[in-house]
Amino acid sequence: MSDTLSDTTPDSTYDKPMPPLNRDSKPFWDSLKEHAMRLQRCADCGKIRHYPRPVCDSCYSMEVDWVRASGQGKVHSWTISHHAFHPGFLGNLPLILVTVDLDEGVRICAQVRDVDADQLCVGLPVQLDYEDATDKLTLPVFRPA
Amino acid sequence: MMSLMDKCAVTGIGETVYSKNSGKSVVALQMEASLKAIADAGLKPTDIDGVIPYGNLEVVAEEFVTNLGIQDLRFSATTPLGGASAVAAIQAAVSALVAGVANHVLIPIGRNGSSGERIGARAAAMPQFRAIGEYEMPSGNIAPPQLYAHMARRHMEMYGTTSRQLAEIAVAVRSNAILNDNAVMRKPMTIEDHQNSRMISDPLRLFDCCLESDGGAAVVISLAERAKDLAQKPIYIMGVAEGHPDSPSTITQRPDITTLGTAKAAPRAFGMAGVSHKDIDVAEIYDCFTYIVMCQLEDLGFCKKGEGGDFVSNGRIALDGELPINTHGGLLSQSHIVGMNHVCELVKQLRGNGGKAQVANAEIGLVTGYGDMGDGAVAIMRN
Repeated sequence: MSDTLSDTTPDSTYDKPMPPLNRDSKPFWDSLKEHAMRLQRCADCGKIRHYPRPVCDSCYSMEVDWVRASGQGKVHSWTISHHAFHPGFLGNLPLILVTVDLDEGVRICAQVRDVDADQLCVGLPVQLDYEDATDKLTLPVFRPA
Repeated sequence: MMSLMDKCAVTGIGETVYSKNSGKSVVALQMEASLKAIADAGLKPTDIDGVIPYGNLEVVAEEFVTNLGIQDLRFSATTPLGGASAVAAIQAAVSALVAGVANHVLIPIGRNGSSGERIGARAAAMPQFRAIGEYEMPSGNIAPPQLYAHMARRHMEMYGTTSRQLAEIAVAVRSNAILNDNAVMRKPMTIEDHQNSRMISDPLRLFDCCLESDGGAAVVISLAERAKDLAQKPIYIMGVAEGHPDSPSTITQRPDITTLGTAKAAPRAFGMAGVSHKDIDVAEIYDCFTYIVMCQLEDLGFCKKGEGGDFVSNGRIALDGELPINTHGGLLSQSHIVGMNHVCELVKQLRGNGGKAQVANAEIGLVTGYGDMGDGAVAIMRN
């Protein structure tokens, strides 16, 4: 993709998918690297949106700023994957993936740590954390709040 | 607005053998199905003046011009809605035909989904999956069984839906495949077999997931006034619509992750057709996953949101039930031909050519497509 930025070139020692980040999303990924997740906000009407994109669907402004996320949220849904759909995850099964309602009103899908399958429920309070996958990539994860 | 009701008909259908390893090229599969559909209609290949290639563009319109010797292709388009492409293409075809742009539109689909590249690899390359590719695949949320498991789990938590209710769908559809000589999976399945199948992405088990298959299927759509002179009894398109869900490219950000684009398409399709749910004699419901069947039945309006689990239980969707579904065995047990096999099957049912799975006195039927992260399409037809 022509929009993809060059610093997403796969690390030869990292065997999981790398995000094809672009000009609209680079500040988000940079914020994860800093362990301080920021969300895109419309600079005109103030609506927070995710995933990052160029236009505010509320007022059609293309001006954005970025706000620090509280990192607090609640589980909206989840899945426990027992099959690796990418060879990079073969050593990580089962994989618990949660869809989380962030307090800012948008959602994040990420892995959750330190939770047993039978503890999972809609509304479970969780807190954002960070895991450095490579020196170029940090991924969000959740832990019980 | 001009109504498209009954202005066009399916005049020809064609299907190859469905298998796990076709030994043929994708172009060959699509051409074989297309030639069968054209011959079924009583047309010559050169009568085709419109084509809607499958939206993955593995086989483009130019291939049909070249292989079929079409002298003057007047209409081509694509409907890249994943598994909703086939039914959405019917809407595009009907629109073009009624506008006078073409006379006979060919809609082919075919692929080597089993012997070629599998879905986990294909999905990552699809533009519709770009946002998933950036924000979810790096964390391991990669393929449809995982993406849709979040929907299914939410439905279970909100409405008490159970895995055994999803099993009812897998078992009913398998029972129909057993009656079909061109079905890949014909071994009997029980609810317990489903419950004992391995967990893929909780709550979805192996038998909640469709096949990946090789094969081709195609239909010809013609103006109703021309259809009367062709080889088959015309199957009239009463209503057709496509619908896109909120947050169409990511389920994660969708306000209600238990509602599909089908909910937007269904009122338009039923409204155009001028029929109600009790008029539907047979329904071919896109069944990439059992949960997606249940969710569509709700979004189509056959029952309320949250009542799908009860609706599919107690034999209602079996061949002799109130609403027989997927009389061919569906994607779950016949073959994954991206739902074009569903369109062909509905036409067979309405022609009375349903074989051992023929629904008695089937006069009006419905077919759906569902694709990518939630696109829906609905067509209602009659004989």
